[in-house]
Amino acid sequence: MVARRKEKKSQNRIFIPLEGLNQTLENLSKHFTVWVPMPSGENEWSLEFKPLHRGCKILLDRQSTLPPKKVILPQGQTLIEYEYKKSESDPSKQDLVLREVIDESPIIVFGTRPCDVRGFLVCDKVFLQGRYIDVYYRARRLNTLFATLFCREADDACFCSSVGSGPADMEGSDIGITPIDGGWILEGLTDRASEIFSLCDCEAPDEKQIEDARRVQEEVRSMRVGNLRTDGVLEGVKGQFQNMELWRDIAESCLSCGVCTYVCPTCYCFTITDEPQGLRGERLRSWDSCMFYQYTQEASGHNPRPTKLERYRNRLGHKFSYFPLRYSGMIACCGCGRCIRSCPVSIDIRQGVERVREAHHGCVCS
Amino acid sequence: MAVYVPNPYLPEIGTVTEVIPETPNIKTIRVLLRDPERMKNFNFRPGQVAQLSVFGVGEATFVINSPPTCKDYLQFSVMKVGEVTNRIHQLVPGDIIGVRGPLGNGFPYEMMEGKDILFIAGGIGMAPLRTLLLFMLENKNNYGEISLIYGARTPQDMCYRYEIPVWQKRGVNVVLTVDTEAPGWTHRVGFVPTVLSEEAPSPKDRIAIVCGPPIMIKFVLFGLRELGFEDWQIYTTLEKRMKCGIGICGRCNMGEKFVCLDGPVFSMEELQSMVPEL
Ligand code: SF4
Ligand code: SF4
Ligand code: FES
Repeated sequence: MVARRKEKKSQNRIFIPLEGLNQTLENLSKHFTVWVPMPSGENEWSLEFKPLHRGCKILLDRQSTLPPKKVILPQGQTLIEYEYKKSESDPSKQDLVLREVIDESPIIVFGTRPCDVRGFLVCDKVFLQGRYIDVYYRARRLNTLFATLFCREADDACFCSSVGSGPADMEGSDIGITPIDGGWILEGLTDRASEIFSLCDCEAPDEKQIEDARRVQEEVRSMRVGNLRTDGVLEGVKGQFQNMELWRDIAESCLSCGVCTYVCPTCYCFTITDEPQGLRGERLRSWDSCMFYQYTQEASGHNPRPTKLERYRNRLGHKFSYFPLRYSGMIACCGCGRCIRSCPVSIDIRQGVERVREAHHGCVCS
Repeated sequence: MAVYVPNPYLPEIGTVTEVIPETPNIKTIRVLLRDPERMKNFNFRPGQVAQLSVFGVGEATFVINSPPTCKDYLQFSVMKVGEVTNRIHQLVPGDIIGVRGPLGNGFPYEMMEGKDILFIAGGIGMAPLRTLLLFMLENKNNYGEISLIYGARTPQDMCYRYEIPVWQKRGVNVVLTVDTEAPGWTHRVGFVPTVLSEEAPSPKDRIAIVCGPPIMIKFVLFGLRELGFEDWQIYTTLEKRMKCGIGICGRCNMGEKFVCLDGPVFSMEELQSMVPEL
């Protein structure tokens, strides 16, 4: 997929030295909002993507604690501004003026990992490829480029290779970043990359650096991260739907805290609310979570998912069964492992999937 | 380059033209879209819904219960159950309301052609059926006998009382019932499922369309099966908590189906193949 051609004026590869990273990205930030992984707070325990600022600490040494989901799908976002006014043609009447707030400003997310981008490929199905197109998501998505690391930082919770991706998966990325001694090689993967490279003001890599990068990529490509088996889950969730023993076994200790959905790159569920301020105001969308009781509670008080068991069943089912059934087999999990690392009671979705498989294969279906 | 993509979250602005009190907690409102072009081209199928919006309070989902041929207004019947519906109940003619739709699938009336039709409704459940009933009356030659069993708690809780005689005049075989005796009530007394088994309509070449409170639906289904109706002959419309109404926000799913997008109308046969999460 990488075009093989000699580096000439329009570069397809650049080298960023360790000490040159901030400067290079600052050059880019004159034209783009550049999001990079940096510490969430004072210490470096947790990382999240934030817009680059002068002198900020960019950390590319491990997966970010929070995914870059909010770059495209902000945690809270104004959809429509409204204002009630006196009608100009008939002052005895009221008029309503609506304004769509669509953000098309250009963005680069630098330092994503394959699992992060895979999360957006999952969301794309819902927001861009259904009967209705979400214009807000679309505007941001089409104006965002991803520069993604060939990922060498798998830990015990990672399982990207089990869900159709992998640490060298560059699908959906515009630039590949390969860490080598002394810096990073950036490689253009889509034609949008050359524009970026021309703004970076960087040298082309030398032969040795290219060779180093090739070796790193080869190593990453040969890695298989995770050994989760997902065959049979598609049917298993439905087959075991009413096996509450099984779901209790899986989700008994869940606290319905919603952290797993919050840190998940593919959890996109949202709510829509109005925020009035006198005669004007905003219609907002904000992240919601299927792990919350209120999520499905109806006006009558009835709730189709009254306990954590039904809610956890929905979360696992959605990712491994309902979503692939609806969207041509794609699993709505990118294998990043964040839910596993973040769950306060150590619920591991891989074990859930494994139990559903066992129960399904073990059942005597005649 | 720039492709125009319509914004599915942006409501049309409409004006309330009429408010009809139906019962102590249900009002029917008629809405005219301000853009005459949009009003003229607002095409929908019986059973499709729309999101009504009061900016500053929010949106809620209602079935469009005027017939598709009516271009003078869109009609919705609204039961007071929460913040948005409370606010809608305060609207008076001339007030502004947002309309987003039509959404959802609607009734598959084509496959009902040539058959007898049995509507079974409880309370506000008459609203989704009203459109289809009027649509079928407009296309009466395409359908066989049309009958309706409609029940409510008390006579005052019955919607569209004022037009039931018109339906009867147009050939609908109507059976009305209330839960308990009431002064002046000359129709049936008893729950809808009971009246159904007393009426005992034959399942032969008949489609049953059921809408009402969950408990009524449950017993009516039982009764219909008892009478020999098969699952493919029975249709109902589901209610779920909704937000986006367009299959994106994730809220209204039953397994891989979204009630807002794939429904709200389902046959019993389809429901049987879906996860039981009502
Ligand atoms: S899930 Fe894969 S791509 Fe993501 S951090 Fe782990 S190894 Fe890297
Ligand atoms: S993070 Fe763990 S405890 Fe919290 S909702 Fe998710 S599974 Fe339940
Ligand atoms: S209401 Fe949003 S998906 Fe159905």
